[in-house]
Amino acid sequence: MSTPPVSHGLLAEFDDAKSLLAAARRAYQAGYRRMDAYTPLPVEGLAEALGIRRTWVPLIVLLGGLGGCLGGFFLQYWIAVMDYPINAGGRPLNSWPSFIPVTFELTILAAAFSAVIGLFALCRLPWPSHPVFNVPAFEQATQGRFFLCIETRDPRFAAEETRRFLAGLGPREVHDVPA
Amino acid sequence: MPPELPHRATGTLEELPLIGAGQDYASVTETISGIVLTRPAPPAWYVGAGVGALLVGVLLVAATWLFSWGVGVWGIDIPVGWGFAIVNFVWWIGIGHAGTLISAILLLMRQRWRQSINRFAEAMTLFAVMCAGMFPLFHLGRPWFFYWLFPYPSTMWVQPQFRSPLVWDVFAVSTYFTVSLLFWYLGLIPDLATLRDRAQPVWLRRIFAILAMGWRGSAAHWFNFEMAYLLLGGIATPLVVSVHTVVSFDFSIGLVPGWHSTIFPPYFVAGAIYSGFAMVLVLTIPIRKIYGLEELITIRHLKHMGEVMLATGLIVAYGYLMEAFIAWYSGNIFERYMMWNRMFGHYGYFFWLLMLFNVLIPQLIWIKRVRTSVPALFLIALSVLYGMWLERYVIIVVSLSRDFTPSAWGQYAGTIWDYLTLAGTIGFFVLMMFLFIRLLPMISMFELRGIVPRRSGGPTS
Repeated sequence: MSTPPVSHGLLAEFDDAKSLLAAARRAYQAGYRRMDAYTPLPVEGLAEALGIRRTWVPLIVLLGGLGGCLGGFFLQYWIAVMDYPINAGGRPLNSWPSFIPVTFELTILAAAFSAVIGLFALCRLPWPSHPVFNVPAFEQATQGRFFLCIETRDPRFAAEETRRFLAGLGPREVHDVPA
Repeated sequence: MPPELPHRATGTLEELPLIGAGQDYASVTETISGIVLTRPAPPAWYVGAGVGALLVGVLLVAATWLFSWGVGVWGIDIPVGWGFAIVNFVWWIGIGHAGTLISAILLLMRQRWRQSINRFAEAMTLFAVMCAGMFPLFHLGRPWFFYWLFPYPSTMWVQPQFRSPLVWDVFAVSTYFTVSLLFWYLGLIPDLATLRDRAQPVWLRRIFAILAMGWRGSAAHWFNFEMAYLLLGGIATPLVVSVHTVVSFDFSIGLVPGWHSTIFPPYFVAGAIYSGFAMVLVLTIPIRKIYGLEELITIRHLKHMGEVMLATGLIVAYGYLMEAFIAWYSGNIFERYMMWNRMFGHYGYFFWLLMLFNVLIPQLIWIKRVRTSVPALFLIALSVLYGMWLERYVIIVVSLSRDFTPSAWGQYAGTIWDYLTLAGTIGFFVLMMFLFIRLLPMISMFELRGIVPRRSGGPTS
């Protein structure tokens, strides 16, 4: 059994999105995979540069929406036909055109909930005590600085070599991230 | 202005900037988070919130009186059973629609001018829908049984009637509120993380930390976040159209002359956006002044909102024209009488005021000097808000007071309790808006960072 790492990784701090994007591409080319970037705004192309190819959010939303649609219609069908049938002006019990608006609303409702809950699940949030928060300078990650973190669990991670590699990418500073 | 401003690259004919030339990451973060964290509230904030709180007191009195005596304290009776409560419901829910339009439809259309006003407009949606929701609840007579509207396994063995547009309304409005809340909260998360990292007192950091759910701006998270945000925008767009459509079904499914019309859904949706943009202008103009946000909410934003108002106002005017034309063209005596009565009957002056405030005055926006003048836009927006309230009054009261049989005709006028309840909800809305701008970032910081000029480190290339 291996001992748990005392360090989460090395965190390079950049001034702007362009330098971070270039650094992320270089790190990926250098063979690093277990890394993440932290930015105060979404940076186009950054996820791709880090090797993140796809997101499951659309599938989750689609499934949620379909569930809401079928469940919503069945709810009304069950109430109007099976549980509490009422003859309203001779209309058929399953007067499905009248059930469309509520079916639609419940489709939207379920899709919206699955988008938000699915997002949190995919991001593993809430996670208020992630190791990167141990770096004092990291509070700039939500304000105006850009960070690239190469984690110790990366097979190519070697404390000195990785630090030299990151320092060569032109960061403001390279921080140690205590685990 | 300096040529490197990113909006110059969008190819619009527009010369007015979206954001002040000197803005960068630090200034955007400081200006917006400072309102919440460091700057003391300006005196005008206390005035606004104070007036709002006072009117909330009025609302509590009016609601207490209503709950003590029942809906008879209002002006409603047979034949006009809907009156102020439903006029105000439709008015408020329509106002809410601009928030979703700005946040969702303009997001899908990649209109970058939405980014300074979307947070604010979404908050407005939430509070407007809260105000709207109060009226049907008050109007129930026994509001403590509101949950009978939802399907649940009750010991009475009864269920809602899903063939009724009033039940559709319950689902449409509650879905609308929930989805708007989710959309708003999702967009707030990165900004709540900024506040967490900037707040000084530990207790405040903790509160923002809980609300931000540990957001750390990870690239993988942003990737999923942007997709989820886009999809929410995509599903909120048909939702917002459906909500006012369902509200219009409350009328058009009925047989009352002046209600039973297929033009209602599009015309209601356009009217909703019309009044909503008017409300965004009425709120934005004083607040950008009070907080000195002219660099972030520029005259271009105000001008675009004026233009959307003009466009939707023309759709509404077309709706009025077609209502009159179809009433005449149908040859139906009840429809023809309805239109004549609407224009020249007991409530005729409401109709002509409506034409003045909702159709004529907004045409001034065609003039460039008017649509780039802040006071003029403010006054026109107030005119539209009043006009849209009159529209719902004309549709509901005039139609109900004169239906098919003269023996069933009646008159209606709101009582003091009707007016106090309306004033109370306006106060609730104002108070909630002022609390919101004090407690949460009213402009989306992470989205504004995306449009700061490139030479200050902005991402646009």
